[in-house]
Amino acid sequence: MPYGTVAEQISPQIQQALIGIVGKENVICGHEELLVYECDAYTLEKNLPNAVVLPRNSKEVAEVVRLCAKHNLPIIPRGAGTSLSGSVLAVTGGVMIGLARMNRILDLDHRNRRALVEGGCVNAWVTNAAKSHGLLYAPDPSSQSACTIGGNVAMNSGGPHTLKYGVTTNHVLGYEIVLPDGEVLWFGTTPDGGEDVDGYDLRGTAIGSEGMFGIVTRVLVRLIKAPQAFKTMLGIFESVDDASQTVSDIIAAGIVPGALEMMDQLITQAVEAAYHFGFPTDAGAVLIVELDGLGAGLDKQAERVVEICKQNRAREVRMAKTEQERADLWKSRKRAFGAIGRLSPNFLTQDGVVPRSQLPAIMKFIRQTSEECGLRIPNVFHAGDGNIHPLVLYDERDPDQVRRAIDAGNVILEKCIELGGSATGEHGIGVEKIDFMEKQFTKDDLDAMRKLRSVFDPDQRCNPHKMFPGSKRCGDFHHRKQISA
Amino acid sequence: MNTHAPEQFLDEDKSLACIHCGLCLSSCPTYLETGNENNSPRGRIYLMRALQQGRQPLGDATVHHIDLCLGCRACEVACPSGVQYGHLLEHTRDHIEKHHSRSTFQTFLRRVAIEKVFPFPTRMKLALLPARAVKLLHAENFLPKFAREALSLIPDNPSAGKLPEISPAFGEKRGTVGFISGCVMSVMFGDTNRASVKLLNRAGYDVVTPPAQGCCGALHAHSGRLELARDAARVNIAVFEQHNVDAIIINAAGCGSTLKEYENLLHHDPQWLDRAQKFSGKVKDLTEWLAKDLDANKPATPFKTKVTYHDACHLAHAQRITKQPRDLVKAIAGENFVELTESDVCCGSAGTYNLTEPEMAERLGNRKTENILKTGAQIVVTSNPGCLLQIQAGLRKAGASNVKAMHIADFLEEFSQHP
Repeated sequence: MPYGTVAEQISPQIQQALIGIVGKENVICGHEELLVYECDAYTLEKNLPNAVVLPRNSKEVAEVVRLCAKHNLPIIPRGAGTSLSGSVLAVTGGVMIGLARMNRILDLDHRNRRALVEGGCVNAWVTNAAKSHGLLYAPDPSSQSACTIGGNVAMNSGGPHTLKYGVTTNHVLGYEIVLPDGEVLWFGTTPDGGEDVDGYDLRGTAIGSEGMFGIVTRVLVRLIKAPQAFKTMLGIFESVDDASQTVSDIIAAGIVPGALEMMDQLITQAVEAAYHFGFPTDAGAVLIVELDGLGAGLDKQAERVVEICKQNRAREVRMAKTEQERADLWKSRKRAFGAIGRLSPNFLTQDGVVPRSQLPAIMKFIRQTSEECGLRIPNVFHAGDGNIHPLVLYDERDPDQVRRAIDAGNVILEKCIELGGSATGEHGIGVEKIDFMEKQFTKDDLDAMRKLRSVFDPDQRCNPHKMFPGSKRCGDFHHRKQISA
Repeated sequence: MNTHAPEQFLDEDKSLACIHCGLCLSSCPTYLETGNENNSPRGRIYLMRALQQGRQPLGDATVHHIDLCLGCRACEVACPSGVQYGHLLEHTRDHIEKHHSRSTFQTFLRRVAIEKVFPFPTRMKLALLPARAVKLLHAENFLPKFAREALSLIPDNPSAGKLPEISPAFGEKRGTVGFISGCVMSVMFGDTNRASVKLLNRAGYDVVTPPAQGCCGALHAHSGRLELARDAARVNIAVFEQHNVDAIIINAAGCGSTLKEYENLLHHDPQWLDRAQKFSGKVKDLTEWLAKDLDANKPATPFKTKVTYHDACHLAHAQRITKQPRDLVKAIAGENFVELTESDVCCGSAGTYNLTEPEMAERLGNRKTENILKTGAQIVVTSNPGCLLQIQAGLRKAGASNVKAMHIADFLEEFSQHP
């Protein structure tokens, strides 16, 4: 059977109880309407939840969660479903709790540089709202125009500008979380409190817990002052190796760019077809280097960057002349994944990390892997922190291509670990990278993680079968893995 | 028993271009309102594919979610993969209309009102008579809610009127353009059409308005009646081939996007494809054409009123025209121009959507009205008759008599300096 199993109906009594809490239009139960919820942006594994509910406030979330606890039903939190690792896959069914209706900015306190938002608030909306005060919310995942702050907290999301500014955990002051038994807690700085935290500061525990500790319903985020000036450059190189060396040299020179991104030839071609930015389609690789900060001194730093690019045989270094040019350049970069639809019906993106010095080695390995498996693998990634994103292109209609894509992804990640890196930089483990946990962590590490999880979710009902080895996989995926073995 | 293989109503490559990334979600008005992914572009494409692959039969729920789509195409702007959502939607709707039976009321609305009345100006004029009588007598309260809502859209003083076949340029002639007078435009917004022609005349163009032109076919195409839309396209192509014009100008965004897509509509018709391409290549929105000469637009007197601009979906998303109309408005309003929050989120009008899906249309209408009132503007400018009717009705309902909704042609004609 090519797809996940048909969800069993939840009992009419439970359905009625859910409707009683959130109202009829916010409960989705029929097979036809559950289909779209069978996966997120990771489409290799699919399974239907038994129901999807769309609560409108924390109180409704807590009531739904308590009902599920009473009936021992798995709960799966879902933001915008943009996860690339199957983080919100309903592996064994259950009740999916979507935060799409909880998307408001509740308060924007520009004087204290913080904003209180609901878990389903779209990432980009925060910066849009803060812009007029000269502020911004720093973590900027490529999916920021759609992904939610609650989801960002669950995954500890990154983005191009995290090289200088840090990831989600560095910008969350506190948050409200509904635990799997329905208890509502606030971790970290409270909305009406100062920056200090009474007692243990537990805010770090659930950030990056992949939705397994509870459902994040409200978040107090830090806003930072928008940089006074930017210098955004596009370096054009004949080879990925030259571009990689440039990355290492820029950091070694003591320069910390706001962002330092690389795109190889194949992805540059796709992006150019999509956005007509003017990328050279015959270059081996392009580097986007963005310097930001105070206006004074930025020119000098930019000159130094140009010099380093030239030393590494850059064909040309272009400078964004207007704010519009800068915006267009970032749009092209951030929507690069999506442009893949122009090359291939499906793609599998990997998210490995290697030490910066190993970038040439891993890129060479990816090229070899591409040749061996007969699938194209374009690359667009956060070069500054060695976080690679090889995109393995395949067509889901051809089972052999699916098998080869999975294999290629796996050997690339194994190589990352071998080179001293890790299997994920920012997309999370989800269901996709479960097999790598044992390669990257010792049994003691994993046991410690399991113990922490049990504190929050002793029954293992909250977003189950993610992250830990030995978790269940979707039946169909097992089938594919067996073919590949 | 229904055992035949699923019908391939979608172009498979076009449907597979969606890679399920979800970046479209926050651009979709019905998703923003309901939070239900079945009401999002990604969800709807999932339903379309499930239908085509035979994963599930054509059920009421699927039809409902496809019906609820405004066809505003905001998702096409958000989509990094270049999914042609509008195309997929039209073909799915075509499939639904062939295979799904609707309630008597919906059938009447779709087959009679939308297909047999709106596209024919004379018929629409007749149909408006009883409606206007009810309004004059203030007898709305005797009608059921859906009829009251529909009636509230009709402006208090609709202006009809035929345009002369030739309207010569004022002053030095720079060229000749054709003009599409539209169906709703010519019955309810005759003054706007006259203003549009005058603006073109003033810009130095002879304007030809062939009387034999017909409906552009947009209403048919959007509701899944592609054959009828193709017939409409052939009529207009043949009519305008008789005239040697530099461009074919349209002042209704909804019609404009369909006119520009005649080549897609007639893609499989080798006899017409070439002619359709020539026709579509000449179609320009009024603002696109006028913005070529911005200097011609200066305020007649110092302009002190706060103005905002609502993006018509079929201009901003389907034709990607957002800058030109703003430039034209700003040329008059200067610093008094304010941006509208969610300016490109659909107002709920969406062609005939406010008749077929009144509830969602009302929710989006309220959302739009709230955003307009927040700007503090006294004039909201737009470029499509449907939006204009919807926004006017919303402002009336909110009791905002100090805020005026205007078509961009009327705005420019009223406030720009005439030599």
